[in-house]
Amino acid sequence: MSNISFVREKEIPQSPPPITESNAIRWVRQNLFSGWLNSLLTILSVYFIYVCLRDFIPWAYGGIWTANSIRECLDINPDVACFSVIGARWRQLLFGFYPTEEYWRPILTFVLLFISIAPVLIPRFARFFWFSLIYPGIAVWLLWGGSIWPVFSIYLAISLTGLVFFLAKNKFKLSSGFSFTAAILFFFLYFIFIAGPFIALFKYILPINLVLIESLQFGGFLLSMIVGFSGIAASFPIGILLALGRQSDLPLVKMICVGFIEFIRGVPLITLLFVASVLLNYFLPPGTSFDIIIRVIIMVTIFSAAYMAEVIRGGLAALPVGQHEASAALGLSYWQSQRLIIMPQALKISIPGIVNTFIGLFKDTTLVSIISLLDPVGLASLIRADQKWNGIYWELYVAIGLMFFICCFGMSQYSQYLERKLKTDNS
Amino acid sequence: MILTIMVGTPARCWEGFYKEVIMKKSLFLSVAAIVGLTAGVAAAGTLDDTIARGHVKCGVSTGSPGFSGVDDSGKNVGFDVDYCRALAAAIFNDPMAVKFTPLSSSVRFTALASGEVDILARNTTWTYSRDTDLKQTFLGVTYYDGQGFMAKTSLGVSSTLELDGATICIQVGTTTELNLADYFKANGMSYEPLPTSDNAESKQQYLAGACDAYTTDASALHGTRINMENPSDHIVLPEIVSKEPLGPLVRHGDDEWADVGRWVLNALVIAEEKGITSANIDSFSDTKDAEIHRLLGTGDDDMMAMMGMPKDGMYNAIKHVGNYGEIFERNLGASSGINIERGVNNSWTNGGILYSPPFR
Amino acid sequence: MSSVKLPVEKFRLGMLLGDTRYRSTTVQVIAFIIFVSVVFWLVDNTVKNLALLGKDVDFSYLWMRAGYDINQRLIPYTNDSTHGRAALVGILNTLLVAFIGCIIATIIGVFVGILRLSKNWIVAKLMSVYIEGFRNIPILLWIVMIFALLTEFTPAPRAFKGADPEASMIFFQSTAVTNRGAYFPSPVWGDGSVYLILIFILSLAAMFLFRRYAKNLQEETGKNLPKFWISLAIFFIPSILFYFILGGPVSLEYPYLKGFNFKDGIYVRNSFIALTLALSLYTSAFIGEIVRSGILAISKGQTEAASSLGLRPSRIMNLIILPQALRVIVPPMISNYLNLTKNSSLAIAVGYMDVRGTLGGITLNQTGRELESMLLLMGFYLCVSLCVSAIINYFNRSFQIKGL
Repeated sequence: MSNISFVREKEIPQSPPPITESNAIRWVRQNLFSGWLNSLLTILSVYFIYVCLRDFIPWAYGGIWTANSIRECLDINPDVACFSVIGARWRQLLFGFYPTEEYWRPILTFVLLFISIAPVLIPRFARFFWFSLIYPGIAVWLLWGGSIWPVFSIYLAISLTGLVFFLAKNKFKLSSGFSFTAAILFFFLYFIFIAGPFIALFKYILPINLVLIESLQFGGFLLSMIVGFSGIAASFPIGILLALGRQSDLPLVKMICVGFIEFIRGVPLITLLFVASVLLNYFLPPGTSFDIIIRVIIMVTIFSAAYMAEVIRGGLAALPVGQHEASAALGLSYWQSQRLIIMPQALKISIPGIVNTFIGLFKDTTLVSIISLLDPVGLASLIRADQKWNGIYWELYVAIGLMFFICCFGMSQYSQYLERKLKTDNS
Repeated sequence: MILTIMVGTPARCWEGFYKEVIMKKSLFLSVAAIVGLTAGVAAAGTLDDTIARGHVKCGVSTGSPGFSGVDDSGKNVGFDVDYCRALAAAIFNDPMAVKFTPLSSSVRFTALASGEVDILARNTTWTYSRDTDLKQTFLGVTYYDGQGFMAKTSLGVSSTLELDGATICIQVGTTTELNLADYFKANGMSYEPLPTSDNAESKQQYLAGACDAYTTDASALHGTRINMENPSDHIVLPEIVSKEPLGPLVRHGDDEWADVGRWVLNALVIAEEKGITSANIDSFSDTKDAEIHRLLGTGDDDMMAMMGMPKDGMYNAIKHVGNYGEIFERNLGASSGINIERGVNNSWTNGGILYSPPFR
Repeated sequence: MSSVKLPVEKFRLGMLLGDTRYRSTTVQVIAFIIFVSVVFWLVDNTVKNLALLGKDVDFSYLWMRAGYDINQRLIPYTNDSTHGRAALVGILNTLLVAFIGCIIATIIGVFVGILRLSKNWIVAKLMSVYIEGFRNIPILLWIVMIFALLTEFTPAPRAFKGADPEASMIFFQSTAVTNRGAYFPSPVWGDGSVYLILIFILSLAAMFLFRRYAKNLQEETGKNLPKFWISLAIFFIPSILFYFILGGPVSLEYPYLKGFNFKDGIYVRNSFIALTLALSLYTSAFIGEIVRSGILAISKGQTEAASSLGLRPSRIMNLIILPQALRVIVPPMISNYLNLTKNSSLAIAVGYMDVRGTLGGITLNQTGRELESMLLLMGFYLCVSLCVSAIINYFNRSFQIKGL
């Protein structure tokens, strides 16, 4: 009996995979050429990319940065981009007509913006929320200049009003309705009687001044950012109130809120901006007239408040009903439960939606060029009207598009990161 | 309204509440009324507001060669700009006490109506409907113009009547738009309008070839043509198809302010008529011409007090900015490069039609 | 037994806010009073301001002669027509752009969304570059850039002239693409063309009836007819047959160069093409994202179950995934269509006369009637928004899962 059966005792050592199945080639086969349709698509895409880049890269890469006018560019080399317009006018595109020696103020405001947003978005720094609250005042003072005391006086008014409310409620044991009314009365009385003398007095004792900048001097990206950020920041509390009002059981309040939200969402932003530039002066008492930028910020705030209300409503709807019931079972009043339980969770859920609304608003700030405000697109027309740069087209728009793309893409990536983080947090 | 709420609910619930509601409503309404009243009282005349403010709010064009533009150092220059500077010099003795707001043709009237600017010096044509329906007052004519067309020489046309079927760039919201329609209809021609928002955009589209010809006031055409890369490639066609008397304007209902603007303009015209320039103005202090003394405030009569203006207002205006002829020459004449002929825009003593009422 | 009398609390003023029975009414009354006061204050200011300026609120200007020409119009209009008619021309232009833009955007968007999910790495990356690029750059910039692209890379009509022209018409000398617009041959309806149109409509009806019949047949007996090819045949064959039988009643009228521009043919202006293209591409990026998230929302188990049943990938997509995904996709689509309609108000940037260009632009300037024009303009957009969302919501309800 010979041993014809073979019993393997040891495993064969693993051999490397065949070349068509390993690493790069395998990946290419699976992803790019896995079927005749896929292969066709791959070849078409590669050809398409090649055609796009073949003309664009030499044009952009060989760009002339140092010429002084478009004639010079054309003399040097008519086939490449004339980026000198960016080189000559980048300050105008970024800051508008802001005086050069005061550039540190917008830059400082921008840096402080990030510092003030941190407590809102990163829980670790929530202790510094007070800085986020005083940041709007600092920003207004830094950007527009003038004396620091009017801004300080407004903050004083708000804190004193809060103090009056607190005292009326706790010390004098008035109901919340009456203490609220007392606080509002105090607020108005403060402005009628105390504010003026207070500001005059402090201006005399301790003058802290910055150079006053007129609103017409704002332009370029500075203007877009101011309109965008103040629109979003101011629309936040209004949006919360509108969302709560829309959800409330009181039919009258609900009707007013729904009517307002649907009206604002139904009309294009350009008509609201037209109202700002043309009609808003009619709605104010005769003789008053605001800056055009203030009017634009008011209308943009109203516009984004309606969209913000919808986003927050979605966040409120995503909250389990059990939260409302649990807070009622604990005996919390409506405003207490909103403040302590509902709103923090709803806002956390809606943060990605809020960031998306902000990205949309930031892109929509380009519309102010249609009412002759000098945002980057408006500045592009102004630069082209200059004799030196008459006829330039692509370079300016490519630069502006690139700037917007960087900002908006960064923000959308951040919002996606937030979304991912929140998904793991909550569930 | 309050009654229906009252009726719809049990009466005893609303005893004290009735009082509180009525009181609160009247509180709100009275606050609103007070605010409204004080605000109403605060609407004084534009001249007083301007003097209190310290500068004139002047609306100009976003960029019209010769009439309004910004030079390399960022200063506003132009024919209309100089008129506003004369106005500021008359009121404040400072030709720089002006804030210029560049306005496109579509927002200029609403900016004036809403109070964003107090005077519009934006080569605006004086027409019947603008004077009446738009509730604005024209102060006179600074420039007698007409509407013309510009086309490329390579097109081979020598007259507007050959433009049948052409694409024409036209600024929206202007009288040129309406005149274009009327002219082509009257001559039985058709055209394709390409709407643009201001002169710079018209020029852009015209140069890019999107339209065959473009139309606006002849003065603007001459100015634009000179600034082209190759002026001989473009031709301003000979036909002037309308009367376009350009002048400054203010809102209805403020006669005092209108008088100020009107008479500053007249003073500039009278100055040229009398031969007064910014250089030789001081030599007229001992002239025998009583009208010059009244104009410059060098005599005993204070005519300017009738308008609420400083006595030497017109003197300051002419000294700082010059007379009409100097303003024209500086911005539209040979030294500016645009080189428009005076033509009808000359004093009546010189063969033109500028004729000011006497300063008496 | 005497009934127990419950203590009745006397009414106190503080109960208005403290007692929840009265508080809601109190708050509502206060809110109403504040609202009415604010509205009263605004209206009062407006009336006072208008009186100071000597203006009044008067809509009769809509019946006055307009005096300006509109280059693109769907209804007859001359410069003798009224302002009201000019506004109507603008409204039709807006609706035209919105309608065509929505259709093109949906087609491109669905295409982009599905391709974004493809296994092909290059294609997926290309599509995500497309989506991110269009989403992150403002629409105004895209409109202006695409218009500039169209104007710069196309020849002027003059280039078509002469014995040896620089540019020539394409598609067998029938279509001209110039920097003013594109000229297509237009159909000329000869005798008998009415019958041809009738036959075409009948063939469309026959196609729908056949599809319904084939579906019923499949559900009853399981037999699967080749629906696609038969529908195609029904669509084309009768119309082509009758075209020849009737002796070719429909002919084409070709555009030709005369003077400054081409004449005859259908003239599609560059402003319209640029606006529609920019709006469609921009909105298609958003629609692509929505479609992608809709398809991803369907659990993978559905695909696996379908393939275990032996269905091919195309059938899986058509029969299983897309119907379920539609439920998730349609609500955000409403807001995207509305955004497209509202973004069409930027048409004035390229010189296209939509309702904001005529009513809210030239009419507003020439007549000075800002308040009335703005009210009408906002009223129009509001109507369109409410109508579109009502219609789509109605259809949305019909394929939601009931009771869920």
